[in-house]
Amino acid sequence: MGAVLVAVLGASLVGCSSTGGKRAEDARKAAQASGRAAVDTPRWTFAMITHSGDGDTFWDIVQNGAKQAAVKDNIKFLYSHHDEAQQQAQLVDAAIDKKVDGIIVTLAKPDAMKAAVARARKAGIPVVTVNSGSEESKAFGALTHIGQDETIAGEAVGEELNKRGKKKALCVLHEQGNVGHEQRCEGAKKTFKGEMKNLYVEGTNMPDVQSGIEAKLQADKDIDAVVTLGAPFADTAVKAKEGANSKAEIDTFDLNEKVAGGLKSGTLGFAVDQQPYLQGYEAVDLLWLYKYNADVLGGGKPVLTGPQIVTKDQAGELEDYAKRGTR
Amino acid sequence: MSATAPAPHKPAKAADERLLTTSPLKKLLGRPELGSVVGAVAVFLFFAIIADSFLQANSIATVLYAASTIGIMAVPVALLMIGGEFDLSAGVMVTTSALMSSMFSYQMTANVWVGVGVSLLATLAIGVFNGVMLIRTDPPSFIITLGTFLMLTGMNLGFTKLISGTVSTKSISDMEGFSSAKDVFASTITIGGVDFKITIVWWLAMVAVATWILLRTRAGNWIFAVGGGEQAARAVGVPVGRTKIGLYMGVAFGAWVSGQHLLFNYDVVQSGEGVGNELIYIIAAVIGGCLITGGYGSAVGAAVGALIFGMTSKGIVYAEWNPDWFKFFLGAMLLLATLLNAWVRKRAEATK
Repeated sequence: MGAVLVAVLGASLVGCSSTGGKRAEDARKAAQASGRAAVDTPRWTFAMITHSGDGDTFWDIVQNGAKQAAVKDNIKFLYSHHDEAQQQAQLVDAAIDKKVDGIIVTLAKPDAMKAAVARARKAGIPVVTVNSGSEESKAFGALTHIGQDETIAGEAVGEELNKRGKKKALCVLHEQGNVGHEQRCEGAKKTFKGEMKNLYVEGTNMPDVQSGIEAKLQADKDIDAVVTLGAPFADTAVKAKEGANSKAEIDTFDLNEKVAGGLKSGTLGFAVDQQPYLQGYEAVDLLWLYKYNADVLGGGKPVLTGPQIVTKDQAGELEDYAKRGTR
Repeated sequence: MSATAPAPHKPAKAADERLLTTSPLKKLLGRPELGSVVGAVAVFLFFAIIADSFLQANSIATVLYAASTIGIMAVPVALLMIGGEFDLSAGVMVTTSALMSSMFSYQMTANVWVGVGVSLLATLAIGVFNGVMLIRTDPPSFIITLGTFLMLTGMNLGFTKLISGTVSTKSISDMEGFSSAKDVFASTITIGGVDFKITIVWWLAMVAVATWILLRTRAGNWIFAVGGGEQAARAVGVPVGRTKIGLYMGVAFGAWVSGQHLLFNYDVVQSGEGVGNELIYIIAAVIGGCLITGGYGSAVGAAVGALIFGMTSKGIVYAEWNPDWFKFFLGAMLLLATLLNAWVRKRAEATK
């Protein structure tokens, strides 16, 4: 027994990997921005409440941006999230009870958040909306909205598909009940000259996503483009395409390390990025600017962080940024 | 029908043990909800010490609101569990109820109250369906309501897309009757500058009614009887079928109240929500002292269970803990509360 243990330990010491792993990560971390507060304003507390489910990569990037700005602006940053509207509204209430100095909130389910945002305004807490809710933000009394107009982003996808000469596309929705997702597919339908169909899959269950897309591709051989609405699903769609022996091009909304790699190697066509890092970073920064100087950006219009169409040409440098969790 | 340990020694006078009088204190110690009350006090003290903002009046109101949204469902679910059955469709039924109400009013351009009434009847019908399926067929309620749960989840989305063209309903806030319905289901009562949601009143009312049914009526005895031993209950003439259908209708009624609250609080209903909440209602009932096997439990216990859930889920936020660990803390807290609950009950029964 002891001999085996020694052998295993010895092997693990000798058998170092010269690529990847923790060491490579540490090297990347060194390249990441970090530091101390760059301002001497009081230490305000900002709370961010999103409609994210548990373990969502996109929101990790938003948080990275927000935390970076919080360090720079001497802010105490709190994050909480729930994917049910009622629970999200209660979390906003909790932040108001805590008397935070600023609130950042997503309006994926705008009607549910209306009263909560109004309560925050009544309590004198400035609110910035991010990511979703560009149409409601102003009416609810938020300072600014930072994000991507989902319809415009969808339209950009439709045009890009036209440019690529596609005839029949599939829009994969991974969150039933998300209005923003519906808008993306609607927008793409509007500008796309070919035929576009929607496919609903259970985003919290990857095998289900894969088998769903696979079945659809097997059933309809004419599909020549699949558009997924989130970066993690692009890779799954590629697997499904292989499983179904389909010739379809896989395109996606949002970016991550794998997507950047896929663009570089050509397994993916293009990605539509909405720059989540920017959404988190700017939200904190704009609240700080408002508290410090009563500055408001955007002139009453949403501040757009996308759509930015990313193809093979830009994929190289973006892969490095995606690896460190900022793109 | 709780099974108590036999008295360790016979009293000196060889009296009939069924006629023994127990002191009020011992009666209190034997209540199913005692353990959960101790657990609730422990959780409350814990967060009061850990999180400074937890004890503010506003925070208490937020916690009570969170507890009431669970509690309105946990009470009828507890009654059903005392009757020895499960309802896994309880979570999505809330969304179904809200969707029906909203879409009926909108499509018929009817007074909002018409939609509310139709929704009540339709939701009760789902409850009757669950109950009738259970007593007319062989599979256990776990399986039958699992089927209902999946069907409702699909119907919520399918019908909403079909009728409204999107995944959420259209706004009905400009229709007649909306404001009065909002007063009933989703208004705010301000006491001393603190806003309390009306759901807290609904919750307490449901606890009171359920407790009265359980402890003061024949139907209450039937519920304990069918949960304790169905065959024995049937043998002594308890209407098992009627009791169980009634219990499922009770859950449906709770779903209707919760659903109308969702609708009138937020005006628009998202069709995909509610999935997974049925487990939270069951957990709240179990923390409150209901046995998974049936025949034992109380409505007050379920309400306290919901309160523990509300305090924990919001207390973690007030304590500013890392949200990545949220579910872990929630699970650990609930487990601790349940263990404490079981321990207190054992102690209480040992002293009898």
